[in-house]
Amino acid sequence: MAGSGHRLIRLRTLVHVIAPRAGKAVPEGFRRLIAIEDVSKRYADGTVAVDRLSLQIPDHSITVLVGPSGCGKTTTLRMINRMIEPSSGTIRVGGEDVRARPVNTLRRSMGYVIQNAGLFQHRTVLDNIATVPRLLGWSRQRARERAAELMERVGLDPAMARRYPYQLSGGQQQRVGVARALAADPPILLMDEPFSAVDPVVRRSLQEELLRIQGELGKAIVFVTHDMDEAITIGDRIAVLRTGGRLAQFAAPDEILSSPADPFVEEFLGSDRGIRGLSFLSTRDLELDRSRVFPVGSDRREMSGRAPEGAPVLVTDADGRPLGWADPGSWDGNVEALEPYGPVFEVGRDSLRVALDRTVLSPTGQAVGVDGSGKVLGVAGQETVAAAIRSARRRRAADAPQEAPAVKAGR
Amino acid sequence: MNVLNFMQSFFSDGSHWHGRDGIPQRVWEHVQYTAAALAIASAIGLPVGLVTGHTRRGGNTLAFLAAGARALPTFGLLVLMFFWLGLGIVPVMIPLVVLAIPPVLVTTYEAVRTVDPSPVDAARGMGMPEARILFQVEVPAALPLILSGLRSATVQIVSTATIAAYVSLGGVGRYILDGLYQHDYEKVVGGAALTAVLALLALLLFWAVGRVAVSPGVRRRRTA
Amino acid sequence: MNGFFDIPSDLQHSYGGLIAVHMQEALVPVLAGLLLALPVGLLCVRHGWLYAPLLWTSTVLYAIPSIAFFVVLIDYTGLTQLTVMIPLCLYSLVVLVPAVVDGIRSVPEETNAAASAMGIGLARRYLQVQLPIAVPAITAGLRVAVASSISLVSVGALIGNQGGLGNLLTTAQLYGRPRLAVSSVVTTAVLAIVIDALLVLLRRVLTPWQPPSGRAAGRSGATPADPAAHTAEGAS
Repeated sequence: MAGSGHRLIRLRTLVHVIAPRAGKAVPEGFRRLIAIEDVSKRYADGTVAVDRLSLQIPDHSITVLVGPSGCGKTTTLRMINRMIEPSSGTIRVGGEDVRARPVNTLRRSMGYVIQNAGLFQHRTVLDNIATVPRLLGWSRQRARERAAELMERVGLDPAMARRYPYQLSGGQQQRVGVARALAADPPILLMDEPFSAVDPVVRRSLQEELLRIQGELGKAIVFVTHDMDEAITIGDRIAVLRTGGRLAQFAAPDEILSSPADPFVEEFLGSDRGIRGLSFLSTRDLELDRSRVFPVGSDRREMSGRAPEGAPVLVTDADGRPLGWADPGSWDGNVEALEPYGPVFEVGRDSLRVALDRTVLSPTGQAVGVDGSGKVLGVAGQETVAAAIRSARRRRAADAPQEAPAVKAGR
Repeated sequence: MNVLNFMQSFFSDGSHWHGRDGIPQRVWEHVQYTAAALAIASAIGLPVGLVTGHTRRGGNTLAFLAAGARALPTFGLLVLMFFWLGLGIVPVMIPLVVLAIPPVLVTTYEAVRTVDPSPVDAARGMGMPEARILFQVEVPAALPLILSGLRSATVQIVSTATIAAYVSLGGVGRYILDGLYQHDYEKVVGGAALTAVLALLALLLFWAVGRVAVSPGVRRRRTA
Repeated sequence: MNGFFDIPSDLQHSYGGLIAVHMQEALVPVLAGLLLALPVGLLCVRHGWLYAPLLWTSTVLYAIPSIAFFVVLIDYTGLTQLTVMIPLCLYSLVVLVPAVVDGIRSVPEETNAAASAMGIGLARRYLQVQLPIAVPAITAGLRVAVASSISLVSVGALIGNQGGLGNLLTTAQLYGRPRLAVSSVVTTAVLAIVIDALLVLLRRVLTPWQPPSGRAAGRSGATPADPAAHTAEGAS
């Protein structure tokens, strides 16, 4: 399956499957798969929240359930840990029907994060996080130690341990909620619109934190959101549900962006899905033009000679770092007189979307591509980027879903 | 009638501080009646309030019963009990308990019912058993309100326990009733003042309990 | 059956007459208490610091046993109905002021802001915006105050038969006729229930903007929690 940029995670998955941790004979991947089989939820008044949904949720990845209100995404999530019982159909975790075990045993084996965190206001942050370990019978000491570990993992200042929820900001409370869900190291994490109640800036940082944590831990995460952009940002696979609880499409984000299954999905994706889809294409193979890049101090005639008639050239310093654009014909050699080169893109790391954006922002319509240390590798105009897009798509259409570049949607 | 004068002379009279009819004795009796009535009312009201609040079922029945209990006149009940059961402690306890149950019951129910559902949902999702959710998640959050229901009941009991005197029992009401029949208004005022003091002490006691029992995380939040 | 309704002549009222007296002695003070509580409650909301001391004072006042209160007042108002009604009015404040405060506080901030932004003056805002929304909380308080009041009127029997139906209690003891006591208790209870039901009806009529009741009703609607209870939290 094509992911949306978790190259690191892919490697980890391989390690997990090929070289399982000592003491675990069976590859865990299979055991923790969640299978939703033909599940429906009908209410007494006739409302159908979920309509014959079938979904296979893999391990070591983030599966996002997304859709408009009334599409049954939260209902589906809550059926996994039996907060809601399906009217028909079966849900299996690791091959075993979720109804086989006592419900509390099931729930204690899954992390559950909800909107507004649902922290216990009467307990300190540390004791909040320690809840499930305590439920499982750990000693208070051990539970608190674990809680302290987790605080660090989710990026909370240890000084917060003895504070109460009312003293925390929304974003901090959400982190505590995530830490609490991870405390007993459950293989599965269920998240119900966890970041919807915070402001966009905080939301971005929480999403990035989640991706970082997932990179370290590799859980099976089922994430519910109504925000398609959030789904694209963090999801390895996305299940788009329509009102009435039916599955519209289940695929990797870039596939959904490039080939929405039907008009509903297309509409739900919103505008400029084409441009958004560029986030998944790498600048690795972009053909950069070196002919118009000159270090400062180069001969002026040489500059005018090599560059096309009248076109501006990019002047760099002695190390190769960009300084600005100059008109070779009229430039007097003064560094101050150079036109600013605008934001740059890092070749290989940034996506074609970024490169395209840089061409738009560049005063000359040419984006400046640099390497990891900031040295110029070349420039590219919009046509070059467009050509790269076309060839990337041709490549994808030719072979099976390619390995996605290690870039995050949005960059 | 100079109320303050009467109060002063009542309390400064040395004989009032000793013996079977002394202030300490009467106050102690009064405290006992109050404690007993509160204990019984809580034993009935708290569990029912907690369970109906947690399950959110039976609220209407509860409202009904509470309204009915409130409708029963306390003094009337006392006289009736006196007719049917004669003198003693039971004819006093029954009206007091009937009086105290509604505030305890209804306030506890409301307190638990109106707890923020988010932590409860999270707790359930974490696999916490229902009873544990009630006692470890809902009650701590609802505690301030529950305590205030108990406090309100206590004040009402303290005030009404004076009727114990009507059926020849003790308590601070003895002063009031004796004062009424003997036209000794010092006693009446003294008795009233004692009742007020006891009520004040009850308020202080609950305040102290609140400070100890209510988590700082909950206390601070209630700045509404 | 006769034993219940045959009122001794020294009570100077018929059965129906006693009911009328009892209602008057119980309801008028509560009404007066409400009229007092409305401005006082508003003051407490606008000047928060007033609330706590006021509550503590009224709670302590509430603690003073009714009979003692009645006795003290005899010197000033004699053995009349007024002697009973004044303390009852003060008692009702313990319940009604918190109810009014709660009710006003239950008005959403946005509503207040919208009203000010529209240029609605303070008095108008209180009467036309805040009070109507406060009706559920206030009626909840009224129900408790009325029940308490009706119950306490009976104690007036001990000071010269000013207890309405309560007079039947002392008379019952005097003449050894328990049936009169039963009559007193049952009648009082029925009256209390009827008035309570009427108040609920009144609330429904005054708040067509609220869903009828049951699950949808908020805390201030369905169950009259003891308003004196949860509000005194402001004091602690």
